Amino acid sequence: MSAAPIVATTAHKDSSQVRQKEMIARHFDRLAAAPDTGTRCAYTFVPGNLTELLLSFDVLPVLPEINALQSAMRGKTAEYIAAAEKLGHSEDVCTYVKSDIGMMKSGNIGPTGQRLPSPDLLLLSYTGCFTFMKWFELLREEYHCPVAMLHVPYQADGRITDSMRTYVVDQLKNVVIPKLEEVTGRQYDEDRLRAHLARSAQAEDDLVWVLQSAKNVPSPIDAYFGAVYYVGPIFSAFRGTADAVDYYRELREEIAGRIRQGKGPVTPDGEVERERFRIVVEGPPNWTSFRQFWKMFADEGAVAVASTYSKVGGVYDLGFRHDPDHPLETLAEYCLGCYTNLSLPTRIDLLTRYLSEYRADGFLINSVKSCNSFSAGQLHILREVEARSGRPGGFIESDLVDPRYFSAANIKNRLESYFQMLDQKRAGASS
Amino acid sequence: MNYTVGIDLGSTTTKAVVLGEDGAVLGRGITNSRSNYDVACSVALSEALINARFSLIAGEFQSIARDPAQAPTLIGALERKFRAEQYRSQLRVLDTELRRFLSRLLTRPPAATGIVDRIAGRMTAEVDALYAEGARRKSDFFRDLAGSRYLALAEEEARATGVSFDLLAGLFDKAILDVENSAEAAGRFDEHAAVALEALPGADPALTTAVARVSARTLEQIGSVGTGYGRQRLPFPEGRIRSEILCHGLGAHSMFPRTRTVLDIGGQDTKAIQVDEQGIVTSFQMNDRCAAGCGRYLGYIADEMSLGLHELGPIASQSSAPVRINSTCTVFAGAELRERLSLGERREDILAGLHRAIVLRAMSLLARSGGVKDEFTFTGGVARNQAAVAALRTLVEENYGARTVNISEDSIYTGALGAALFALRNAAAA
Repeated sequence: MSAAPIVATTAHKDSSQVRQKEMIARHFDRLAAAPDTGTRCAYTFVPGNLTELLLSFDVLPVLPEINALQSAMRGKTAEYIAAAEKLGHSEDVCTYVKSDIGMMKSGNIGPTGQRLPSPDLLLLSYTGCFTFMKWFELLREEYHCPVAMLHVPYQADGRITDSMRTYVVDQLKNVVIPKLEEVTGRQYDEDRLRAHLARSAQAEDDLVWVLQSAKNVPSPIDAYFGAVYYVGPIFSAFRGTADAVDYYRELREEIAGRIRQGKGPVTPDGEVERERFRIVVEGPPNWTSFRQFWKMFADEGAVAVASTYSKVGGVYDLGFRHDPDHPLETLAEYCLGCYTNLSLPTRIDLLTRYLSEYRADGFLINSVKSCNSFSAGQLHILREVEARSGRPGGFIESDLVDPRYFSAANIKNRLESYFQMLDQKRAGASS
Repeated sequence: MNYTVGIDLGSTTTKAVVLGEDGAVLGRGITNSRSNYDVACSVALSEALINARFSLIAGEFQSIARDPAQAPTLIGALERKFRAEQYRSQLRVLDTELRRFLSRLLTRPPAATGIVDRIAGRMTAEVDALYAEGARRKSDFFRDLAGSRYLALAEEEARATGVSFDLLAGLFDKAILDVENSAEAAGRFDEHAAVALEALPGADPALTTAVARVSARTLEQIGSVGTGYGRQRLPFPEGRIRSEILCHGLGAHSMFPRTRTVLDIGGQDTKAIQVDEQGIVTSFQMNDRCAAGCGRYLGYIADEMSLGLHELGPIASQSSAPVRINSTCTVFAGAELRERLSLGERREDILAGLHRAIVLRAMSLLARSGGVKDEFTFTGGVARNQAAVAALRTLVEENYGARTVNISEDSIYTGALGAALFALRNAAAA
């Protein structure tokens, strides 16, 4: 028998991991102190977030989706979801929403155990997900605070037109910025915004380098499970900060070191020493059993070399960078380009491209019950990508943060079957 | 002679297929799955080896029989006598166990020992009729056959003597576990074959010769592969375990080489599989979040209606106006059934609607996996159900046009056959 793909190593945290943890701790300290310091905060979403603009007003972002997924990783969402269902939210409602509502009703204690401040503003900066709108409608009822809504047109034809860009810029000028000025009592400062945007672009370069390092064989990173940690700062409160620039520079150096040493990805259970399968993954991960889910891949020597989920906060690898010379236009472009705002043909193109550029053996779709924005059309994507790439797709079903929809035995069975199928095809091709 | 075996440990039954070195099927065995997986495998294998020996006996006898035309009839008779003896042997173990558990009871009704004696006596006396030519048995499994008879007799005894039925049923529940978990009682080929031969006194002496020759042959296992839901717990090393998807794909290809799409409706999952011209799986879909519409659905309906699983299909097939039922939730099926009965719907129409509902669910998985291509092979326990098959044929034709639909009588063994073929390949490569 061949050696196990994972080799258990003693728990070791790279310095970038330590740095990220400290950044997050400081951010939540600031949020916890906000009611005393008078710092304003805005609740907003990951896709289409306007972090640089918020930071230019010294407004701290709070991201309810990230709170929900972190609650899931801490094993809290079963009770939060139950609390929300008790309030009348049905079983079919997005579980991010229910987790957030439940968390709010249970004292609004965030991932670090500190209380989150109530929002001074609900910044609904992306409306491609209809649920986002209903979600903030619920929060508005709860907090009675102002709402700024930025409507971002869907990229139905697979491209961003000038009129789409102008439409978003006009809303930034006429709705979002005035609302931020009203909430903070400050004037819009474009130079500050430009400075943040310049730092964003710097960090984005390094993030893209890190994600594309998976083109190496073996890949030094896992671009789905591992990438969740890598995209954390840039998708949340840190894009446009010096902290993010430093974090991504350090991360890039660490990954460059792994490439030099020919090392595979690090997982919570050790290093993947033998890369048996290179997989592209579509769809968000399951968060309630995140580690167990990852281990199901790692145990088989399956490494995600590219994923679409790591693009929900920006598809930077297609070339987009925040541009300080055109501050509002670049924010508009960013919002329009989020992965979940892309049409099905564009998503099919992207997945097909990943399969070839990352020399993947196949692709897997994790279809989550909670998120129609992601899941609608995934079976069509599966068929199309299979037909165009000639590589086999697998399909598994789970959920974002509702532990009731993760059937470990069945998912493991499905994954094993899928990997064995890849093996069989490989053996068939070589015979 | 050398053989390889594939074992498919399913949620309801455990199947074994034994192949000769030329890839021909020598024997098949099936038993009900139980908590002790090792025993389930061992019983299925020993059944498959018995079946293999009968195939070998038939081959031997054919060439030396006085009247080769009569050979199949004689072999059939021999097998029935063999099965009767096997059943008697298991009854003896059951009797011993019943007495053992009875002796352990703190408060033992004085009449109980006599009751157990009488029940055991009557069951033994019924064996010949149970295995007579043309006799219909409700199941092939000792647990089911002996269980239904024991409980019926226990009910009679309880009524006549006043001894608690629950006490008698409880004794059986304990004793049957030991009978099932002793592969010994069922598996002694030589002894049972000798008794079976004695029970055919006027038979062609060449039959005795054929039995003796086959009994003398050593069957040596040169490879094994396990599959199915319980495969992780099979007493097999990791390298000899294959997913049921690959095994069903290869098994179906082996049965019907032009197969391109396979549907397997098993006890707790439904698999839609696409295979290429070599039987290699190219894509598949299974249910992950919910087991609605799986074989267990029909089992549940059968329980609700106090019917045997095998009785559902024939009843549903009598329907002239199937009721439209959309829900495939197994738990809700009972409520749906009662509601429809209370509305005065006919039993056969409701059953036909329920069969169609599970096939509709399978159609959705088939669509997800890439549709139904020609030829289409239907496998798994549900493929034995004529009403499900009829609903499937109709829906496939409606959605995909004319397709050749293959259903083997041995479809329940498809996964085990695929596993055995993998074992054969491994053995050849070693």
